Amino acid sequence: MLRAAVTFGRLLRRAGLAAGPDRMVEFVRALEELDPDRREDVYWAGRVTLCSRREDLELYDRAFRAFWERKEGRALKRSKTRMSFSLADDSVQPPKKTVERNESGEEMVRLRYSPVDILRKKDFALYTSEEHAELNKLLGDLKLSGALRRSRRLEPAPRGRHDPRRTLRGAMRTGGEPMRHRYRKARSRPRRVVMLCDISGSMASYSRVLLRFMHAGVISGERLEAFVLGTRLTRITRELATKNPDRALSEASEAVRDWSGGTRIGDTMKEFVDRWGQRGMARGSVVVILSDGWDRGDVEVLAEQMMRLHRLAYKVIWVNPLKAAPGYRPLARGMAAALPHVDVFLSGHNFESLEELAWAIAGAASEREGGAR
Amino acid sequence: MSEAGNERRGALPPGVSRSQELRKRLQGEGYLADEGLSTAILLALKLGRPLFLEGEAGVGKTEVAKVLSRLLDTPLIRLQCYEGIDVNQAVYEWDYARQLLHIRTAEAFGAEEDRQRFEDELYTRQFLVGRPLLQAIEYEGSTPPVLLIDEVDRADDEFEAFLLEILSDFAITIPEIGTIHAHRPPVAILTSNRTREVHDALKRRCLYFYIDHPGLEREVDIVRLRVPGAEERLARQVATAVQGLRSMDLYKPPGVAETLDWTEALVALGAKELDEALIEATLGSVVKYREDQQRALGAGLQLLTGTGGV
Repeated sequence: MLRAAVTFGRLLRRAGLAAGPDRMVEFVRALEELDPDRREDVYWAGRVTLCSRREDLELYDRAFRAFWERKEGRALKRSKTRMSFSLADDSVQPPKKTVERNESGEEMVRLRYSPVDILRKKDFALYTSEEHAELNKLLGDLKLSGALRRSRRLEPAPRGRHDPRRTLRGAMRTGGEPMRHRYRKARSRPRRVVMLCDISGSMASYSRVLLRFMHAGVISGERLEAFVLGTRLTRITRELATKNPDRALSEASEAVRDWSGGTRIGDTMKEFVDRWGQRGMARGSVVVILSDGWDRGDVEVLAEQMMRLHRLAYKVIWVNPLKAAPGYRPLARGMAAALPHVDVFLSGHNFESLEELAWAIAGAASEREGGAR
Repeated sequence: MSEAGNERRGALPPGVSRSQELRKRLQGEGYLADEGLSTAILLALKLGRPLFLEGEAGVGKTEVAKVLSRLLDTPLIRLQCYEGIDVNQAVYEWDYARQLLHIRTAEAFGAEEDRQRFEDELYTRQFLVGRPLLQAIEYEGSTPPVLLIDEVDRADDEFEAFLLEILSDFAITIPEIGTIHAHRPPVAILTSNRTREVHDALKRRCLYFYIDHPGLEREVDIVRLRVPGAEERLARQVATAVQGLRSMDLYKPPGVAETLDWTEALVALGAKELDEALIEATLGSVVKYREDQQRALGAGLQLLTGTGGV
């Protein structure tokens, strides 16, 4: 039985479940308490010990069926099919060296480089791969932090609510007489930032950079949640949490099933508000949507979802790379429908505008709770 | 894992050793569990492991703890989590007023050695106010209590880290006193509505179960069991209507709790069966967003009453 359980565990790990040794021990202990010959008992023992979130259940069911029907994993396909989204041109390439000889015959090495200030203003769509490499360094330095909000946690302060614990501690020194009263007040902490990046075809020249931007935010240790919007919604916070940006992005791209597919941004926004936003993730947080607002679905849906989101969130920021084009007007129907429910509308097409975005996210910091809205 | 060699005896209701038996006993207490949930509970009891229940609001997560406490005939100790909850609200707090009084008494007596003694007594158990977690750890009855840590997703991550310690060792360390170990580990039930993802480390300490909305037949049974005043026909109509509402893509699909509320409202109105006028009058007890109500009414009530050939 133990052997079978271990093989099963290996199968689960291959299917993408985190069935580590501690869980396997628990699984075997659970089996001992039940009837290991009954298929249902084995099923439930594994399900309660080896799964830890709802997404696991489907993987588990599939692995279980495959294993206990003795197909020995042949039928078990990885549910995450590898993505065609290529990060190859994103890999850090050394600047091209061109070796020339000048008149005197000396070797002259010419390094092609872009001065940072030019890079800052250049549209991401026009970047060369060297410039992308350069940009990654810049993004690594960008600090992201949400606006401050008042936490329910208290900290010592010169005035505020009375703090009996510290007052008493002080009183011990003065023979039980509370001479100095101590106080504490609510601590403030940054609001959660939720970023949703559109990865449909029309955003292709920007979404890679914007994902990098999200990655920089996630690893800076702020409370940041990352999602991508395509034909469906995918949460990639977990995948982006690795320090190495290339690995983070390739893991994220593996989690996403629909790179550069069409967009039904209204439907995916609805999925976000239904599944995450309304339950608490969007409440009181700064929500950033990175999209060109190109929606092939019903724009009414998008308008309605944006309205809901706007009611839940502290601030809604929309970043549209097309905004930078001279004479831009929000003609994409989705964009036009969403705009009334957006607090800040930015462009995000070059590094400078990303800095502006970082400022906008942090900017609400000076606004007190219940201030702006 | 450290617990591997640790013999923790679970708490099982007398005469129960299989999940089918437990299921029957739960039903006797008014809770209909499916095979998965009853197996999960059985394992949690046998292995002495916390049970982490996840699911939509109103599917009966909290109810599991209440029912278990009745079944085991043991107190239910409940900790409702919220953002900013800290040790003073969850574990213990010193009784400052009494401590101060104690120092004053010492002052009145005056003698130097007495004062020292009084001060030493200041941080002892008698001046400690136990909050839910400490109460659960210190409980001394023959059957361990049921500890319900409700909506753990609402607490912040600082508190989560703290829970981790308690749930893995069932012990609490108070700097001034020392470590207090649980006599017998409480039956711990954690619930989450999934407003955010609870940390993996915490989940790893627990058995995990996702409670889904029940299917039609089970929901009819639940209504019949919990609202005895409702007739079979009404119960079936209500359950059908709720299943219909759930498939309607509402902001907040109704849970079992809402089904029961609705049935109770209908029974209170003396309804024998569901009709459109009744639905309109009582819809507020199942569907609680204005947009959802409009959607439900717009979808045609005959769909809900089942008279439209459903």
